[in-house]
Amino acid sequence: MSYLPFVLAAWIFLVGIFGIVRSRHFIHLVVCLSLTQSSTYVLLLSIGYVKHGGAPIFKDVPLGTKAVDPVVQALTLTDIVVSVTVAALLLALAIQAKKHAKTMNPDELRPVRG
Amino acid sequence: MTRRVRLALFGVAACGLAALLLWSITGLPKFGDYHGAYGKILNKRAPQERQTSNVVAAVVFDYRGFDTMGEELILFAAVMGVAMLLREPREEEAPVPEDPVRSDALRAFGVSFAGATLVLGLWIVAHGYVTPGGGFQGGVVLAAAFLLVWLAGSYRAYRGLARAPFVELAEGSGAGGYVVIGLCALLIGDAFLHNLLPYGVAGKLSSGGSIPLLNWASGLEVTAAFVLLFNEFLSERAVLIDPTRRPS
Amino acid sequence: MDVLVPLPVAIPLLTAAALTAFGYWCGRRLDDLIAIVATAATLVISLLLVFRSNDHDLVYWFGGWKPSNGVALGISFTVDPGGAAVATLVATLALAALVFSWRYFDEVGTLFPVLMLVFVGAMCGFALAGDLFNLFVWFELMSVVAYALTGYGVEHAGPLEGAINFAVTNSVGSFCILFGIGFLYARTGALNLAQIGEALAGRHADGLVIVAFTLLVGGFMTKAGAVPFHFWLSDAYAVAPVPVCILLAGVMSDLGLHAIARIYWTGFSGTLTAGDIRPVLIGFGLVTAIMGGFMCFLQRDLKRMLAFATISNIGAVLVGIALLTRSGLASSIVYLNTNGLLRGAAFVAVGILVRRFKSGDELDLRGRGRRAPIAGVVFAAAGLGLALLPPFGPFLANALVVDSADTLGYGWVPPVLALAAVLSAGTILRAAARIFGGLGEAKDPLFSHEPEESQEEPTDTRRVSQPLLWIPAAALALVGLGLVFVPELAGHALRNAGRLVDRSAHARELLHGVPPPPAPAPSYSPSAAAYAYGVASTLGALAFAAFGLYRRRLPIVLRRAAARVADRPVAGLKALHSGVVGDYVAWLTAGIAVLGGAVAVVVR
Repeated sequence: MSYLPFVLAAWIFLVGIFGIVRSRHFIHLVVCLSLTQSSTYVLLLSIGYVKHGGAPIFKDVPLGTKAVDPVVQALTLTDIVVSVTVAALLLALAIQAKKHAKTMNPDELRPVRG
Repeated sequence: MTRRVRLALFGVAACGLAALLLWSITGLPKFGDYHGAYGKILNKRAPQERQTSNVVAAVVFDYRGFDTMGEELILFAAVMGVAMLLREPREEEAPVPEDPVRSDALRAFGVSFAGATLVLGLWIVAHGYVTPGGGFQGGVVLAAAFLLVWLAGSYRAYRGLARAPFVELAEGSGAGGYVVIGLCALLIGDAFLHNLLPYGVAGKLSSGGSIPLLNWASGLEVTAAFVLLFNEFLSERAVLIDPTRRPS
Repeated sequence: MDVLVPLPVAIPLLTAAALTAFGYWCGRRLDDLIAIVATAATLVISLLLVFRSNDHDLVYWFGGWKPSNGVALGISFTVDPGGAAVATLVATLALAALVFSWRYFDEVGTLFPVLMLVFVGAMCGFALAGDLFNLFVWFELMSVVAYALTGYGVEHAGPLEGAINFAVTNSVGSFCILFGIGFLYARTGALNLAQIGEALAGRHADGLVIVAFTLLVGGFMTKAGAVPFHFWLSDAYAVAPVPVCILLAGVMSDLGLHAIARIYWTGFSGTLTAGDIRPVLIGFGLVTAIMGGFMCFLQRDLKRMLAFATISNIGAVLVGIALLTRSGLASSIVYLNTNGLLRGAAFVAVGILVRRFKSGDELDLRGRGRRAPIAGVVFAAAGLGLALLPPFGPFLANALVVDSADTLGYGWVPPVLALAAVLSAGTILRAAARIFGGLGEAKDPLFSHEPEESQEEPTDTRRVSQPLLWIPAAALALVGLGLVFVPELAGHALRNAGRLVDRSAHARELLHGVPPPPAPAPSYSPSAAAYAYGVASTLGALAFAAFGLYRRRLPIVLRRAAARVADRPVAGLKALHSGVVGDYVAWLTAGIAVLGGAVAVVVR
């Protein structure tokens, strides 16, 4: 148990990249990318976890109560925003691929070579 | 490279990467056994120094408020980028398609939840530094209220509510507001993003010094950013389903 | 704390936000003008910071959160002349790009100046950041902007593919960086780079430290475009609009290397010894320099050619950093700034050709460039500068590498670097001779496929006054070549590098507010060996240009023999650059695994 969350993060990371590598559809690609990014949430949040610690919000609990690390939570918030924005940009590109290149398969969209 | 070669390359590489990651994991502190100084110190200091009961909000908007400025700008830039990618090839000045909602259930859902969602979003933004929540989380909920208007009415009604120049005004003010608050501190001789206001009492809405201002600036920015995103993507959809403007 | 420090970030970002807010109500020309003024202001302030930080670093704590007992509570900017010079480079290139793009992007309204301003702010932030996560934030901000700007003109397949490959590979690179940050935070409980360095210093480097270093360096190498993380770069830079390319190729790639230098010296130099890491990084740098130069030779599309020249240059800068000495670091600072300006100038020259002749193809433009002589002079001057012609900036940077490599026992490195310069600069000179002199043959089967129709159709070329096109090109080339005449440039670079290399003094200044005593700038003059390399590589580049032009006049026996040797590797290399994002991500994974494995082997 003591390392399981970290191993899980590594697993999600690798599986996500595997999905990107073998993707045949842009939407699938974007989902895989978001999945890969979610591994970083798991990693950051589990790093900051303190056993029996509560949320770092000291309303209605006395100061000095055991709490988890607040910094990783702030980092994860930024991370989520990044994930959303990249997904939005890639989906916009996917729409254009469908409209203009008439394909959603990354393997077929390859005008630049050599 | 054929797909087979690619997958073989990746297979070998992924084994190496997996080994590296596992190797480093053995060097991590055990799960739940974290003793890093930074978070501990902030958990102790923030409620006293800044009168915020939500330490995450204090980290986001005060101790590491400069990160959040960048984060807000990431959202801002992405929305501008999506607008450029989607807007440019589309011809302007065409009449807004109607695209009415035909399902009564959807309409009832939209009507009954739009107002409540709006209030919930405002509440989450407003209490961001007291309880869980904040400008980012609440902003997304607020934008969802706009989406419910689309569900309840029609695309045209939605566009009437979310006119691009005004949403862009809100978006720019939210992002710029954050920077201006930072610069104000500079003007009175403090460091960029230094606190400007009295701290108040922890647990009350009037607490946390400048945090409420920054919180509202990001709430405004996030709401506007998501509404603009919906604008762009929904108009793509509207163009697609409008029989008169179907691309040849 | 110096009041100017936050401004190179705040001014462009605030202007971008204001243009968005009020853009609807003010005219298009006014938007452009405001953007230009804001960028010029950023330029002036960054330049002032270079001078102000001359004697000691300027440390700035945002929100006034000074560290307590050596623990950083907030986020810092650490301004040294090197970082401020990079910010100045960013603003200079952006100014040239904005002037050049006057009336270029009219159909997208204010969006283009807004995105350019955000790009400038993000890159300045990246250049000055002293906090690892803050570095990541600026990294993401500039990436997001760059993805969107690359995709301008998405109705063509090229920009579409370029932007997608760019976004996906760089995102995977940024996840690697985040993993590295997470691991370091778990170990040290810190995000401030200097504090991380203090926590790691003197300890044995175990798996966690090695892997964290690998992930950070690999992630930033992806941004920089080092082999094998480089595939996206040639796809993206070949299709992005010229004004965007000026910034992408001129400085964004180099910023990745700037980050690697800071991360090693401030963060890891106390635990990973330079002697161990050196061969690994030098290997990556040299492969990048040669492969970029070789691929450069195979291109006929000018933008793609310059993209590979960028990769080759990146390799050379990386070698400078990889020497892990004061001289090497100083060389990278000089190299990065002068090369960035010269590549930017070359891109503007290409932009002039594209606007004038609606083509960016070397064979297609043969001889037609005679009607754009200024572009020709700029393009050729950039090529000569990049060929290490004494006494200009790239030569000076190379001289620093030559001296340092010799003392370290890596005397075989400078000849390889000179070869890389011959390949990439020779190709640029070949294109210059063919386009502006009408020399060489009109066809060459070796080159990559015929490029698709030019993607760029500026709104209205007739109404653009010509000086707005050639002034940016000439200015960038002149500054890039003239920078070397700044008195004691190398001495200042050496002194600045010396401050970064002294990790513990740097950390004391940052975390405890104890500035080190100011050190005098050493005087430096290139050695005779350095001049020999400079002259040899310039002559070599000219000869290589002639070879590119008149290759097919060589005796048939020679050509047959060459074909037997070279045909297969050439075809293989071309096939590797497949344009398929899945391939690229597989290579990225392999690159990280190889880098990590190599670091693990040398450290253990």
